[in-house]
Amino acid sequence: MADPVRIVLVFPALLGTYGDGGNASVLAQRLRWRGIDAETIDVGVDDALPGEADIYVLGGGEDTAQTLAVSRLADGTLRRAADAGKQVFAVCAGFQILGETFLDGHGEVHAGLGLIDCRTDRLPGSRAVGELLGDPAVDGIAGPLTGYENHGGRTLLGPAAQPLALVRAGIGNGDGGDGAVQGSVVATYLHGPALARNPALADWLLTRVVGTLAPIDDTEESELRRERLAFVRHGRSRRWRRQWKPPARDS
Amino acid sequence: MTARYQVARAAGATAAGLSRLAGRGTGTQIGGRVILAIDPTAMARAAGGRELALVSGTNGKTTTRTLLVAALETVEPVVSNAGGANLPAGLTAALTADTTSRLGVLEVDEPFLPRVVEAVEPRVVVLLNLSRDQLDRYAEVRRLAGIWHDALTGPHALAVVANADDPLVVWAASAAKNVVWVAAGQGWTFDSTSCPACGDILTRDGRRGWRSNGCGLTRPTPDWSVTDRTVTAPDGSSYDVELAIPGAVNVGNAALAAAAAAHWGVAPGAAFAAMARIPSVEGRYLETSFAGRPLRLLLAKNPAGWVEALAMSRPDAPVVVSVNARAADGRDPSWLWDVPFEVLRGRHAVASGERSRDVAVRLRYAGVDHVRVDDPADALRAAHGSGPVEVLANYTAFQTFRRVVGDG
Ligand SMILES: [Zn+2]
Repeated sequence: MADPVRIVLVFPALLGTYGDGGNASVLAQRLRWRGIDAETIDVGVDDALPGEADIYVLGGGEDTAQTLAVSRLADGTLRRAADAGKQVFAVCAGFQILGETFLDGHGEVHAGLGLIDCRTDRLPGSRAVGELLGDPAVDGIAGPLTGYENHGGRTLLGPAAQPLALVRAGIGNGDGGDGAVQGSVVATYLHGPALARNPALADWLLTRVVGTLAPIDDTEESELRRERLAFVRHGRSRRWRRQWKPPARDS
Repeated sequence: MTARYQVARAAGATAAGLSRLAGRGTGTQIGGRVILAIDPTAMARAAGGRELALVSGTNGKTTTRTLLVAALETVEPVVSNAGGANLPAGLTAALTADTTSRLGVLEVDEPFLPRVVEAVEPRVVVLLNLSRDQLDRYAEVRRLAGIWHDALTGPHALAVVANADDPLVVWAASAAKNVVWVAAGQGWTFDSTSCPACGDILTRDGRRGWRSNGCGLTRPTPDWSVTDRTVTAPDGSSYDVELAIPGAVNVGNAALAAAAAAHWGVAPGAAFAAMARIPSVEGRYLETSFAGRPLRLLLAKNPAGWVEALAMSRPDAPVVVSVNARAADGRDPSWLWDVPFEVLRGRHAVASGERSRDVAVRLRYAGVDHVRVDDPADALRAAHGSGPVEVLANYTAFQTFRRVVGDG
């Protein structure tokens, strides 16, 4: 039997604010349901990142946690894995730290890991909070990408990166696109269960590791997607977005 | 009492009455809003001359408030904000509705704690825990700890009763001059990986100890300790706490309530005896039945609360998991993926609520045998077997199930 596909969840205690750890479970389960052995490895903040894995998953996190995660990843292990063609899938804050620069909790420009040609500053106006819907901008992913975003960052891509999707509803990167694809590195502002809501994206990532995949029954995912797409289409999401206010702190 | 305040109270009572007549609940919130609109100082005025305890934290506010009320009522009558109305309007309404009780216990929504502390000048503030909850509204948990820290800094005469096991709470409480530390436990550590004071990593010792690598912030030595169901008071006396309500977490909440009640001279033994008799808290932990079948209602509003509720549920009973995503729940149910639903493997589950599809997909990946039934009554009927059913629901979904079983 072949070695299991190794899926590394990078510092879930720092990068996992919005249930992003679910992305690693989704990838592993979708392999197992097809009879392919898979193993997920949660890396603790005091542990070294394994260099020999097939997929690295990064989630969202708060400002200080984000800065800590960068310092823990500065040893170059993730960069070498990406350069060797290993898949990296990053969400929200995990996306931002893979860029050239991002803003830390004090609003200072902080150097990122440089795996993606992009820079993150602040969105003009309030945070982007609400449903995000986009059409895939890369070949091989069927159907729109749907999920939830909650971030204050605006991410501008350089020429070496291309967006993962073109935004139909919501904010995404803040320039009409969402996320980034650069070689084996894939990123998005769709947080939380991005891969559960978008099994086509999960399978697209897995295909890049194990080749062609057999179809599986995604009835429940399809029902969830239909509900969410109808919700966005009816514009309720936008109304909610307008209603959102930061909590009263000094009133 | 000023004329403006008197007018405000009368108008508030009228508005609440009209709202009740219109069938819109108890009218507490609307009445309080009317009062505050006419007299913005009404909360401070209504609190004047009383000795108040405030209870705040992500989880356990209502339960701990109820436990503390039971303990203090062994001394004299207590005004309190029952019914979950824990914003300034609800607090104002509760205080203006009861003009006679000298003691009061108020639960306070976390971001409003500074404003309420300033207005009512409490004698005691009880701080339970802080963890991720409604991230679409509050964005960052650490910021809540920060505003608590700022609110407790200064020449307050108040005493803080705080959970020594939660680093976010410890940092916030450490700003106060007078703190009683209670080892109330922390089941969810994912929001305190890094130090709330300096941002460096917190090292944990595998038991309950923790320490910041950067600034040395560390777990304080508790004045009240909790081991399983045994609570030890500062004088060394120990108490076996046998509550009617379930959960190890509630022994910790009872210890916090006892430490607060001690400020009014209530002996721990008397306090725990009063708390032990509480069968349920506004529907939480309620043991009832539906269509002849026993069931229990468990409320869980966020990942930490779900971990607690899953631990409380009977290990062999089928489970109805019901989730909504209205404003009061938080619009984003991504947190479903922070909850270890894998522990339900081998049991039958029913995905329900307005976001039943999200629940169903989560259960699918967790490997839990399940069906999806949106209607709450049908969901109860769909649970396998004939034994007790556990209903785990988040905030507004929980209210729906209370109505279905005829409670509230
Ligand atoms: Zn520190």
